[in-house]
Amino acid sequence: MNIIKVKDLVFLYRKKDENGNITQEIRAVDGVDMEVEKGSFIAILGHNGSGKSSLAKHINGILFPTEGHVKVNEMDTRDESKIWHIRQIAGMVFQNPDNQIIGSIVEEDVAFGPENLGVPTDEIWERVDRCLKAVNMEAFRESSPNKLSGGQKQRVAIAGIMAMEPECIVLDEPTAMLDPRGRQDVIDTIHELNEKKGITILLITHNMDEVIGADKVFVMDQGKVVMSGKPREIFTRVEEIKSYGLEIPHATELAYRLRQKGVNLPKDILTREELVEAICQLN
Amino acid sequence: MSIKLEHLSHQYAQNSASSFYAIEDINLTIEKGEFIGLIGHTGSGKSTLIQHLNGLLKGTEGSYFFDGEDVYAEGYNMKKLRSKVGMSFQYPEHQLFEVTVLKDVCFGPMNMGLSEEEAIIESKKALEAVGLAEKYYDKSPFELSGGQKRRVAIAGVLAMNPEYFILDEPTAGLDPVGRDRILDLIYNLYKERNMTIVLVSHSMEDVARYANRILVMNKGHLMFDDKPVEVFRHKKELERMGLSAPETSYVMEELQKRGLSVNQDAITMEQACDSILEALKEGKRL
Repeated sequence: MNIIKVKDLVFLYRKKDENGNITQEIRAVDGVDMEVEKGSFIAILGHNGSGKSSLAKHINGILFPTEGHVKVNEMDTRDESKIWHIRQIAGMVFQNPDNQIIGSIVEEDVAFGPENLGVPTDEIWERVDRCLKAVNMEAFRESSPNKLSGGQKQRVAIAGIMAMEPECIVLDEPTAMLDPRGRQDVIDTIHELNEKKGITILLITHNMDEVIGADKVFVMDQGKVVMSGKPREIFTRVEEIKSYGLEIPHATELAYRLRQKGVNLPKDILTREELVEAICQLN
Repeated sequence: MSIKLEHLSHQYAQNSASSFYAIEDINLTIEKGEFIGLIGHTGSGKSTLIQHLNGLLKGTEGSYFFDGEDVYAEGYNMKKLRSKVGMSFQYPEHQLFEVTVLKDVCFGPMNMGLSEEEAIIESKKALEAVGLAEKYYDKSPFELSGGQKRRVAIAGVLAMNPEYFILDEPTAGLDPVGRDRILDLIYNLYKERNMTIVLVSHSMEDVARYANRILVMNKGHLMFDDKPVEVFRHKKELERMGLSAPETSYVMEELQKRGLSVNQDAITMEQACDSILEALKEGKRL
């Protein structure tokens, strides 16, 4: 079953002058078709301005289609009577945590979402416990979010979304500000949510090593989906992916460079382990 | 000509129950012409440390000498310090505010006391250095892309011609092309203009590639202060601090364990590639 169906989606940003006349139209999303299977882990890649964030904002009804439609669990995001239900099903985590934190104490911030949904008090605290632990922030439970660093705030923001137990979480570059361990914690956390709870994940990122574990990758350029497939298929097309201003995973890059120097390595290496194994197999 | 910190500490919320040391007993000398990478987990004290370097924060204990002068002495000219130690914060584009790109860049130098004509000359030079074409000068900074905005913000600091340039995660949130542009720009300032750079980064790859000295902060303390190869030999300690070595180091370590004799000090992709090729050739496996 597909939890998200995007059909012929076009989104125009319209720039207006002082008199309200349209001076410029930008096709941020330009004819996208995309189906996301329930429970899958999807990665969306693309350089800044490629339209991936605009696409993501359609999924929980922050933006609405200029043309085409977006359906979440068969509910059309243009249907105003369904929008709150859609937003409960599809949670969103943004890049900048400062814009997402509202509580004056960490635990209150995480509790805000479920409280709003009318979850019983006991269960709210149980969810707050579990979610703060999952993002490795339980020690800061009673801290003021103001005192946290950017990365710590981001983990609180993710816990806040997790606490609403959505069926799908859209994360727009959630690790851009994190240190290596923070990044790994967040990536591990969302994989765990995906595997153990069956939550559908849409991860937007520039870090290609975070994409390796995805079921499917979409590459966007100029508002269009230009590549899609499993990570192993996508990342063997090195020149193509670089032509869209993107990178390939670290191990894939090193294998690619060695291959260019005449080392006979397979094209579809993605991880450190695979690279080491392949090099040791040479004789 | 140097930045010199002696036993510098900063205690937040002094004299209250929630007081804590964001940085503690930092001893550090930064000479002119260095390219320093500053790493540390979130909350390790990196940002607090760098805010002392241009006088935005004053140490609660210890001293700071800039070019031999005591910065904390009465009557010290803080304005001069700030013109010599330029600072670009995280997401500097959030601080753009003027109606045109050129005016925004002019703000810093004019604030330093330059006339409008002089400020425009410096600003144009800075915009050229960050690679922003003349056709953007009269545009609103808010019409630009994220990467361009960030370059405008960096130009705003450059236009003040600082001797030291501190950049707090200048590539956060940029795509690979935008990131490489900023890093190449910073490297050029170091190479061509002999500007001293302090680059705060979460990317071990980036500091391994560019810095000639790395500072590692952990829980408010300066844990390592050494050449990149030396620092990245401490893989386990770095991991315990929530950091890591560059991915390349781990590949080299694994290869060594599997019996391929490769350079354990290879910390960049280029070095790894060369060393693996050499090892394969020696073993007649190529």
